[in-house]
Amino acid sequence: MTSLDQMSGGRATGESEASSETLRPVPYRGGGFRPVPIRLIGPLVFLAIIALWEAGSRSGVISNLVLPAPSEAFEAFSYLVESGQLWRHLSASLQRLVIGWTLGTALGIAVGLGIGLFSLARAGLLPLVSALFPIPKIALLPLFVIWFGIGEGSKVATILFGSFFPTVIATYGGVDNVDRTLVRMGQSFGLSWWSIVRKIILPGAMPAILSGCRISASIGIILLVAAEMIGAEYGVGAYILMAGSLFATDQLLAGVAILSVLGLIVSWLIGRLERWLLAWRG
Amino acid sequence: MDLLLRGITHRYGATEVLSGIDLAVSEGEIVCIIGPSGCGKSTLLRFIGGLERPDEGEVLLSGPVPSGSLNPLTYVFQDFALLPWRSVEANVSLVLEDHPLSAAEREEIVADVLERTGLSDFRKALPRQLSGGMKQRVAIARALSVRPAVMLMDEPLSALDSQTRELLMDDLVALWQRERFTACYVTHNLAEAVRLGHRIVVLSRRPGRIRTIVEIDRDLGAREAGDPKLDAVQRELWQLLRDEARAADREIADDVA
Ligand SMILES: Nc1ncnc2c1ncn2[C@@H]1O[C@H](COP(=O)(O)OP(=O)(O)OP(=O)(O)O)[C@@H](O)[C@H]1O
Ligand SMILES: [Mg+2]
Repeated sequence: MTSLDQMSGGRATGESEASSETLRPVPYRGGGFRPVPIRLIGPLVFLAIIALWEAGSRSGVISNLVLPAPSEAFEAFSYLVESGQLWRHLSASLQRLVIGWTLGTALGIAVGLGIGLFSLARAGLLPLVSALFPIPKIALLPLFVIWFGIGEGSKVATILFGSFFPTVIATYGGVDNVDRTLVRMGQSFGLSWWSIVRKIILPGAMPAILSGCRISASIGIILLVAAEMIGAEYGVGAYILMAGSLFATDQLLAGVAILSVLGLIVSWLIGRLERWLLAWRG
Repeated sequence: MDLLLRGITHRYGATEVLSGIDLAVSEGEIVCIIGPSGCGKSTLLRFIGGLERPDEGEVLLSGPVPSGSLNPLTYVFQDFALLPWRSVEANVSLVLEDHPLSAAEREEIVADVLERTGLSDFRKALPRQLSGGMKQRVAIARALSVRPAVMLMDEPLSALDSQTRELLMDDLVALWQRERFTACYVTHNLAEAVRLGHRIVVLSRRPGRIRTIVEIDRDLGAREAGDPKLDAVQRELWQLLRDEARAADREIADDVA
């Protein structure tokens, strides 16, 4: 008899022993800790809350003074659309946001790459960035007005500075995390410095840069309203502030909803960008 | 093109890693470098490839660089070092893009090396879709595409399972028989060393010195598993290494404590 036969013989006796007692399955301990996407749940939550809110307002549980009904906010929004004001406000805001955020992000990526690549830039700029990042840019708004004028300059500058710092920090962190063996590989094949930066470091840092973009875009929208507090005739922020000062809460809610939809659209766009640029992650 | 190492000595901080390494690698020869963990094999290979400079000694090249060689000293890395965002063909063409080649020439080289490494069906695949063995084939294809004069291989098969390793060793032997490439091949695996090496350099534990150089004058193609002569060489190498490895193992434990 070979040893294998002996082993299977041993297993057979083991089995008969087990069946004389009760058989029970191994308790399952895996699973969890990994949320999977479920479609439609998100919109359903939104709809349910709005429906509850509307029902509360109509039945009088929620006083109109405390919170206007969603339908009233929607009416205010419809009026905005019909009077043609929506586009005016939106285009003014979008222009500031796009210019400020694009410049801030581009500069942020450039400076972040510099900090990630050059010792001198790291030694000189990193403390500066760390010192300036936590300052609320809103606090600097009066200074920006003095420096860049009461017009578009100060508004764009606020958004620019707001999106610049998170991008710098995300970018240099991303560069630090690029696999050094890939850089060494590039060097060993004699790739030029610029090729290594463009083809190895930048794509390697891209996941971090894009999550930095997500954060800086949200900060940009937050700062948009703050920037439009001073001397803006048009803009979603200006509209909200005007509504607030008149206690026109329905208009205020309509404005806030516009901002929130703007945020959703931006985050969707960045999601598309991520899916396109980071397709290799699978 | 031959390679000459003269008196290579190096320290990292207070620890001497390599001490007085003299070695000549001649054209068309595969030199395997074995030694206990931490004895400086990877460091030595980095010196040879010009990625780092030794404290003392020099690495010299003699003879003309073969015409058409784009990157005379070319690495194959243990962990493949493929760009995960580039497809197989783009990973190969990466190392050609900085050379003055037309798109058609580049395409021709890429197609040729992928053909030679049996990867033609995987041109568009991303690294994450490939098995370890396939990834290392891509890395070898990439190395071949720049027509290296000397291939510097740092444990190229160590991240692979033993069956894949056997297959790739066969591939390397076949490749050498066709192209007679020169290589410095660092490994922990004595079977690999005995299978692929014309000469086997045995390093001592840190600081790495050359203990002996074992020559195997049997044609690579004629080496088969179970060959008594090769087995004898492998046993001899293990005898040499065992005490060093044991001492090195203990040394590292001491360092940590
Ligand atoms: N950049 C570095 N800075 C400081 N010490 C280093 C550096 N690179 C390697 N060493 C040290 O030098 C010694 C030799 O390292 P090396 O990687 O060359 O050994 P090795 O022979 O390749 O080891 P292994 O077999 O584990 O791959 C080790 O003790 C290591 O800790
Ligand atoms: Mg090593």
